[in-house]
Amino acid sequence: MTLDSRIPEGQLGEKWTKYKSSVPLVNPANKRNLEIIVVGTGLAGASAAASLAEMGYKVKAFCFQDSPRRAHSIAAQGGINAAKNYQNDGDSVYRLFYDTIKGGDYRAREANVHRLAEVSAAIIDQCVAQGVPFAREYGGTLSNRSFGGTQVQRTFYAAGQTGQQLLLGAYSALERQVGLGNVKMYSRHEMLEVVKIDGKARGIIARDLISGNLERHFGHAVLLCTGGYGNVFYLSTNAMGSNVTAAWKAHKSGAYFGNPCFTQIHPTCIPVSGHYQSKLTLMSESLRNDGRIWVPKQKDDNRQPNDIPEDERDYYLERRYPAFGNLVPRDVASRAAKERCDAGYGVGPSKMAVYLDFRSNLMNKYGRAEANKMGIENPDDETLIRLGKEVVKEKYGNLFDMYKQITDEDPYEVPMRIYPAVHYTMGGLWVDYDLMTTVPGLYALGEANFSDHGANRLGASALMQGLADGYFVIPYTIGSYLSKEIGTKSIPTDHDEFVAAENRCADYINRLMGINGKQSVESFHRRLGLIMWNKCGMARNENGLKEAIEEIRSLRDEFWKDVRVPGKKDAFNPELEKAGRVADFLELGELMCLDALQRNESCGGHFREEYQTEEGEAMRDDNNYKYVAAWEMGQNNNWTLHKEDLVYENIKIAQRSYK
Amino acid sequence: MENEMKIKLKVWRQENEKAQGKFEEYDVNTNPDMSFLEMFDVLNEQLITEGKDPVAFDHDCREGICGMCSMVIDGRPHGPKGGITTCQLHMRSFNNGDTISVEPWRANSFPVIKDLSVNRSSFDRIIAAGGFVSVNTGNAVDANSILIPKETADKAFEAATCIGCGACVSACKNASAMLFVGAKVTQLALLPQGQAEREARVVAMVNQMDAEGFGACSNTGACAAECPKEIPLSVIATLNREYMKAKMNGK
Repeated sequence: MTLDSRIPEGQLGEKWTKYKSSVPLVNPANKRNLEIIVVGTGLAGASAAASLAEMGYKVKAFCFQDSPRRAHSIAAQGGINAAKNYQNDGDSVYRLFYDTIKGGDYRAREANVHRLAEVSAAIIDQCVAQGVPFAREYGGTLSNRSFGGTQVQRTFYAAGQTGQQLLLGAYSALERQVGLGNVKMYSRHEMLEVVKIDGKARGIIARDLISGNLERHFGHAVLLCTGGYGNVFYLSTNAMGSNVTAAWKAHKSGAYFGNPCFTQIHPTCIPVSGHYQSKLTLMSESLRNDGRIWVPKQKDDNRQPNDIPEDERDYYLERRYPAFGNLVPRDVASRAAKERCDAGYGVGPSKMAVYLDFRSNLMNKYGRAEANKMGIENPDDETLIRLGKEVVKEKYGNLFDMYKQITDEDPYEVPMRIYPAVHYTMGGLWVDYDLMTTVPGLYALGEANFSDHGANRLGASALMQGLADGYFVIPYTIGSYLSKEIGTKSIPTDHDEFVAAENRCADYINRLMGINGKQSVESFHRRLGLIMWNKCGMARNENGLKEAIEEIRSLRDEFWKDVRVPGKKDAFNPELEKAGRVADFLELGELMCLDALQRNESCGGHFREEYQTEEGEAMRDDNNYKYVAAWEMGQNNNWTLHKEDLVYENIKIAQRSYK
Repeated sequence: MENEMKIKLKVWRQENEKAQGKFEEYDVNTNPDMSFLEMFDVLNEQLITEGKDPVAFDHDCREGICGMCSMVIDGRPHGPKGGITTCQLHMRSFNNGDTISVEPWRANSFPVIKDLSVNRSSFDRIIAAGGFVSVNTGNAVDANSILIPKETADKAFEAATCIGCGACVSACKNASAMLFVGAKVTQLALLPQGQAEREARVVAMVNQMDAEGFGACSNTGACAAECPKEIPLSVIATLNREYMKAKMNGK
């Protein structure tokens, strides 16, 4: 099968406008007879389910959590980008588009990214209309801040819990449709298979997690909005339940997987503190607006951070990247932290951490500004700290509290200790311009698809993409498919394909429950995570990846021989849920390593040690690797690589520089 | 390990909604830097190795925002420290040798699914009854054409930080959901976007809250004291005022 991205003809800036006015429509009477299944209720899923139901489609929405409001979008902290140019600082749709392509190290599609930038402004309008309480200025207008990889202020926010407020907005729109009877909501349900009839996606098999029953659900189209797969690393900033299962089952049913090795390691997370640790906690990128990152100039410096004088500190980001300083993109900041720690300059008990220090801005930026406002002449340090603290508290209060809870240290007084951690996956199901996978009628939205962020996502762009896909893209693009389906009657779920799919799920569960081995699911997950982090993490090389593939294969064999899944299959059983998810991670991990192995270049978050400049920067190879790697799964974990060439007509592709 | 802590746990075990539950005791070795839920991970690992049934408990983000975790620890929802969820509680808040009791949320409107997991879908139905602004996608005007004074926006935000965990219900001797409902009603009553449906909303949400079997406000303030997001008790006053106004206007 050849990959067709189905990008509309025409000038870049006109493609989406023309597409919207020429895409076939479905009339209201027909919409009522068309059923759509939405799996996942984060920003992409909730916004899609609500919008499609408002349009008149019959929607069924599924989530594994106990409520759609708990999807992991809720935990996004810093903000959401939009090309509003409210700050009058020269922002535009083109700049947001350009920053995103460049930030992604020239591995994303121009047309998709431009569309994303075009709809970004409408997202803010929609959220405000729903009552999302964004941060505001005294005059009542919306407030903005800066994020990495840009030189404008285009990030909208609600303290350090922007994701929560946006998701609650989308959730309320979804619940409104539930109340109106247009959406049927299935909480505590997990999708286990995509049902295909005559090559098209026609429904899913889902497990009711409370009763353990397998259920068949029909849909004229199926939308997967199931997030990313960062938990393959065991330790990540993802929620404990975040998983690849829905996307992986789709992959096994014929949907290609795009750029699986593109993972984002976020530079500012709270470092690992013990072997029992179950997850890592992010400290928002917005903190880099006001925090300066440094390590001591001297190796193994055991002094307290506040005792180290200014001239003995190495502000290595400001030193290496004077133009962007502490606001370089995430991949660059993460690698720089790793480089310093590997060279022996790390701090804290593990020596695998760097400082994120607010003292200088707290005093000199905010404290002094407040003092000026109050007319205090020559304020002493104590006054500056007191005044600055108030401002910092308002901007980042909840993040500082979180940090203190976890580490028992007060970041208002001492610098935070941070280290990179797995945060987001740019890879995902391959989709065309319509967000359709290679299976007709099966769509992927939000983090679950591979589309807009290339090899590295810029901060505050995940929320933007999730809501763009759900509110403003899929409501149009799904018409192109469903307009041809108006003659298809609902297919009864006693159809052979539904029965066969349910039987496969039942067999699979029986197999998992029947192993009765000795080792817990958790222990396998932890071991897989270590392999992935050490050999397919922030730095990768040919030998390591080859070893990792062998190790993952043998770990997978061991899992299927010796895992212990306690409890019953026909009851609430969190261990069984986890077992299914880890089984899928054990396959995905291998594909990620294969993908990283074939990409003989460094780009964005994918850093192959063999391919770097003399200064240690990523070295792309545009002649040979300017493509999307789309993997097709065959029998017995054999994959075939397909390539979608990326064409840059509007942007001059260049060595990425933030110096 | 020098910082090792030995803890005795008394955990509520209940096979399913219908079954009779009871406390069981477990010994766990932990340390001060471990989170409370990580201690449960350790306990479950232990139980699985021994061939026993692990304890079911709800949890997801483990950073205090998803609202999934829900344990009554020594009689207090989310444990002894204020302003945090169970997942943010660390063992350094306890002492070596402590006995700690752990139960699920206790409320008829939150039936137990298994052990420490409860069903909170009643909260979703309250939101579905009216906790929204009726604005379809595509209807919005430019965001800055709605000016909202910073003070008002901040107050609305404070109410909107509710994570829907249900600790307020669990803490209340009447199992009242008025802090939860009050938070949403307050957020939307403060904002210009919420005005059109202001009266209909509060009546619909309160009706649904009653239909779900939540009790009346006990006026003890336990809800606000235990709320991990420190939603103020004043949202209940706002809820009462909004409800009265709507009723007097014949809604």
